[in-house]
Amino acid sequence: MDTPLDQLLPRQTAEIQSIQAEKEFSRRLFALGLRPGQLIRVLRSGPLKGPLHVRVGHTDIMIRRQDARRIQVRLAPQT
Amino acid sequence: MPNTGKSTLFNRLTGAAARIGNWPGITVDLLSAKVLLASAMVEVVDLPGIYNLHGFSDDEMVVRHFLETQAVNGLVVVLNATQLDRQLSLALQLKRLGLPLVVLLNMVDEAKRLGIRVDTEALARSLGAEVALLSAKYGQGFERVRGLIENLLRRHPAAQRGHAEAFREDEDIEAELASLVGQSVHAPALLDDTRVQALDRWLLHPWLGLPIFFGAMFLLFQLVYGVGTPLQDLMEWLLVHFQRLALDPLLAGAPPLLKSFVEDGLFNGVGTVLTFLPIIVVFFLFMAVVEDSGYLSRAAFLMDAVMARLGLDGRSFVMQLMGFGCNVPALMGTRVMRSRALRLLTMLVLPFSLCSARLQVFLFLTTAIFSPRAAPVVMFSLYLASIAIAFFTALLWRKRFRSHEPLLLELPPYRLPTLKQLVLQAWQQSGHFLKGASGFIVIGVMLVWLLTHLPVGVTPASEQSWAGAIANWMAPAFQPLGIDALQSIALLFGFVAKEVMIGALAVIYGVGEDALKAALAARMDWVSAYSFMLFTLVYTPCLSTVAVLKQESKSWAFTALAVAWPLALAWGVSFGFYQTARALGF
Repeated sequence: MDTPLDQLLPRQTAEIQSIQAEKEFSRRLFALGLRPGQLIRVLRSGPLKGPLHVRVGHTDIMIRRQDARRIQVRLAPQT
Repeated sequence: MPNTGKSTLFNRLTGAAARIGNWPGITVDLLSAKVLLASAMVEVVDLPGIYNLHGFSDDEMVVRHFLETQAVNGLVVVLNATQLDRQLSLALQLKRLGLPLVVLLNMVDEAKRLGIRVDTEALARSLGAEVALLSAKYGQGFERVRGLIENLLRRHPAAQRGHAEAFREDEDIEAELASLVGQSVHAPALLDDTRVQALDRWLLHPWLGLPIFFGAMFLLFQLVYGVGTPLQDLMEWLLVHFQRLALDPLLAGAPPLLKSFVEDGLFNGVGTVLTFLPIIVVFFLFMAVVEDSGYLSRAAFLMDAVMARLGLDGRSFVMQLMGFGCNVPALMGTRVMRSRALRLLTMLVLPFSLCSARLQVFLFLTTAIFSPRAAPVVMFSLYLASIAIAFFTALLWRKRFRSHEPLLLELPPYRLPTLKQLVLQAWQQSGHFLKGASGFIVIGVMLVWLLTHLPVGVTPASEQSWAGAIANWMAPAFQPLGIDALQSIALLFGFVAKEVMIGALAVIYGVGEDALKAALAARMDWVSAYSFMLFTLVYTPCLSTVAVLKQESKSWAFTALAVAWPLALAWGVSFGFYQTARALGF
């Protein structure tokens, strides 16, 4: 089952399935290492429905919820 | 790539002082330096850090424009060795330019600690480039890097342009990157950095994160101004003594008008610049620690939910807080923002921060007009007004300064800057301030001197002076605010610096500063005093702020807006308050 990234809970890890975003934004995501097939872990979410703190590969990134909604992920089996 | 230590390497290579920060892509202006490499003078240019050659952020366009238009001997690409899984895509894009390439993998010390191994030979073969490991911060591997760059220069003595095709989009890079990373980088798929995680657990805690952040900011504020203000006093003391011991005897025989011009105009202007200097040096010393430590991006994370609604982000908030000390360094601090729109909006909002100079005026007026019990409440209400007006301005203007860059910020690992980096940064910022703003400030101070001392023979700042004529002419505008013509001359002085307003009022009323409180209390009731303070709070903070606004925005149009809007707002707020209070019968 694919879910949007902003639905993940802290400490959950998932695999990126697809990214629905205009070219400029997906390019930026790609440059930061967010691309289909990569594992992504939500570390925490900011106070007051703030941004998500995620880790992709070797990089920690903050991403706003409305942007995270456009990234479809599939929960990885718990390791 | 941003945040990989380019500037540190650039500093090592050139010995010049490029700015260094643990913030994605800190280099704003293109720094360049001429260096002797391979027995020839070579110009080394420090380009901003970019993620992608095809991107449309301000920085990416700068770099693309540079590569499209300039012929170069070669490119040096600095990548973060701990993030090769994604950063190699930039190296692949640059490879398509066909230019001689040196790829430097920086921060090997961090990579080693995280268990990342890189096969540099495999990488060099695939990229067709020289590859070297480096720790620019501590200088490990630096001599070898220098050797590689010199080799490149010997083999390619002529500058050339890159292939134009490289600037077109390329879909194959994704697959190429995957295979390149697979061949040459050995590391766990998702990194586990226990040290960073332990710190983040507290500093980004859902409930404790914000209190810790405010505590840290409060501490920083205390440190900056606790150290900076005595230094500022010391500078003032030096200036006073210089005037008494050197300037006064020198001008003893000069005509009074010339003496006044040199001392109150010229010397006063230079003095204004110099008294700002200590606070700027100290501010940037401490800001460098915050920036390089990686905490500034965490502040953005913590405050983003609130600030995003205002069209700003958490970094704007940090600068807003720093502005309560002094607006000038806070404005210079907005350089950490990469999006121009976001930066301009922050610079428009920042001058509403009730700085320590305005605090002096308010402390004097509140004790003169209000009872000891009411005075603290009045002070507090002015701070609230300062924040409310800043938020109101952000809300109103956020559409005009909409940031088109989606907010994707790297949260870099915590790092400590070296002492050398700190000193370089403070040194460079102060030089920047002196070069960019000092002329403007000195001219402004002299202009106000001319207005208040001419025509020849008038009592300074009296109604007969040019300033008095202007004040009379503007009287219809200030009357509805409860501010009389003489007080509006003080506001004219306040345009130069708020610190001089009280002194100016004393001169205008022809009394000493001690008797001034009684003189003011006799002429103002609380409604007109509060209206006067509101106006003082909102309109242009000081000439130095205007000079820095111009220096940082590089736009006269924006500077004009940043002066005109607060003036209009100040009038509106004072008018609204004064007329409402009077209508209510106060």
